[in-house]
Amino acid sequence: MSAVGRRTTRGSGPGAASPAARRAALVVIGLVFAVPIAAMVAFSLRSADGTGHDLGHWLALADPENGRAYRNLVEGVTNSLVLAVVTAVLVLVMLVPAMVLVHLRYPRLSRVLEFVCLVPITVPAIVLVVGLAPVYSVVARLLGSGAWTLALAYGVTVLPYAYRAVQSDLAATDLRTLTEASRTLGSSWLSTLALVVVPSLRRGLLAAAFITVAVVLGEYTISSLLNRVTLQTSLVQISRSDPFAAVIVALLALAFAFVLLVVMGRVGSIGTARPAAPSSTSRKALS
Amino acid sequence: MGRGDRLIVTTLAETVPQASVTPDGVVPTRARRRPAAWWGLTPFVLYVLAFLLLPCLLALGTGLVDGDGRPTLSNLTALGDPVVLRTFASSFLVSGVTAVGGAVVGAVVCWGLTALRPDGLVRSLVDGAASVLAQFGGVMLAFAFTATIGIQGVVTQLLLTRAGVDIFAGGAWIYEVPGLLLPYLYFQVPLMVITFMPAVTGLKPQWQEAVATLGGTSRQHLLRVVVPVLAPAFAGSLLLLFANAFSSYATAAALISQGSQIVPLQIRAALVSETVLGRENVAGVLALGMVLVMVVLMVGYSLLQRRTDRWTR
Repeated sequence: MSAVGRRTTRGSGPGAASPAARRAALVVIGLVFAVPIAAMVAFSLRSADGTGHDLGHWLALADPENGRAYRNLVEGVTNSLVLAVVTAVLVLVMLVPAMVLVHLRYPRLSRVLEFVCLVPITVPAIVLVVGLAPVYSVVARLLGSGAWTLALAYGVTVLPYAYRAVQSDLAATDLRTLTEASRTLGSSWLSTLALVVVPSLRRGLLAAAFITVAVVLGEYTISSLLNRVTLQTSLVQISRSDPFAAVIVALLALAFAFVLLVVMGRVGSIGTARPAAPSSTSRKALS
Repeated sequence: MGRGDRLIVTTLAETVPQASVTPDGVVPTRARRRPAAWWGLTPFVLYVLAFLLLPCLLALGTGLVDGDGRPTLSNLTALGDPVVLRTFASSFLVSGVTAVGGAVVGAVVCWGLTALRPDGLVRSLVDGAASVLAQFGGVMLAFAFTATIGIQGVVTQLLLTRAGVDIFAGGAWIYEVPGLLLPYLYFQVPLMVITFMPAVTGLKPQWQEAVATLGGTSRQHLLRVVVPVLAPAFAGSLLLLFANAFSSYATAAALISQGSQIVPLQIRAALVSETVLGRENVAGVLALGMVLVMVVLMVGYSLLQRRTDRWTR
């Protein structure tokens, strides 16, 4: 944006330091923040005898002979992937219709909905899990104790993120006019939902799904205290016997979440205070 | 023809209630539609009741009943227990130090980011990295710091072998409360970037031009415009960072496998072993204490946010 550039070239006091100084600050802080990640890489490359560096620990992780040792980790990864999908679906089929309905038909409820969706920020997961334990003893009786049932709790923890992602898109789209047009032209609510609402909110829906996947893959508090096996709980467990495997898998998971969120950012609705009009790049990225 | 007529009728019937705020008087359409629309909300309402409201009530309620399920306030005395008070104090200390540190460094990053194009690739990468570290690191950040400054950590070993400095000469502080500070800063700074950046981008270049036009200096622009406009956003972000550190569990739990140095870890101990401090339902009482603190923080945050929003539109 030229506006920022203009502001910087103009002044010369402390309020408008040169872009070079700002870039330098970014580089310094960026380097400091790269240290732990670089240390993880260096740590994972230590050779088994502790003297040099090689790919031994990475290869050991890929070696099928170690399948037994990493069985718990495989189970954790599988469970987390299942949970990520189920939670994303849950959020999309529960939260999104409610948000669209409130936006279009019950605008007076919008503050209530916002409040409800932001409650999980005020009630930390460690508090929620105290109350979830008794709830899950009932859930286990009704639905069994399959790994996917944890998605019901995860759906709550991702509410704030998903809400913000969808809401920023809802606010930017004139969905009311579009749905009215669709209804006026004689389509049913169902086809309006499928052909008008979902396509106009696709950026928000995609962002909500991505952020849900990232949150679920990183979740530890609830799963560990409800004694479930997920990616994070199995990582903690394996870190006690094989810290190298834990660090490698953590690196891969961080990289995966990073790529997911960068793609989401390029698609364009991270953060809350973006201009309402979608940028041309984000349109391009999806079409 | 018949179809066309109906089309116009529906159009009128639909636009009338939409135009007015309270769609009274259009009985036929409402009577036909209302049930269907309510059904759309039902699954979400039931879900929230079962998995958000009920767990909240249970979590806070268990602190208020005794071992036989009778309501009592006597459990609350646990909040005055010296051990509990000490953990709350360390939680406040960790949250306070990392909130202030994270807010200051994060604000510097935000200032630095204004030198980049908002839609550029570097900016996207920074945003992505900030999101990952602020919201999804948890356990993995604990690993990162064990690999860096753990006893076998890369930096620890480098310092020991190259510089002869033993950072653990005074004991393995990384597995104690001070060891939480660096990992917490590692997610607090990114969270500050995420929450404070909208306010910084909300600063309009026109304001600086206005100051310049009126004969003001850059210094005056900074002190009279930038600082007052950003102050509520900064204070709000500070509260949010405090709340974030106060409520976070995963990093601490992975780093400190035993003991209950901070409140979330004490809840873990209470959940795992039923009776802590010789009392019942301590987890519920601690949960209640945590939520009280969180409510105060978040109310403060939303009040400050309201002031912030005035400038970020």
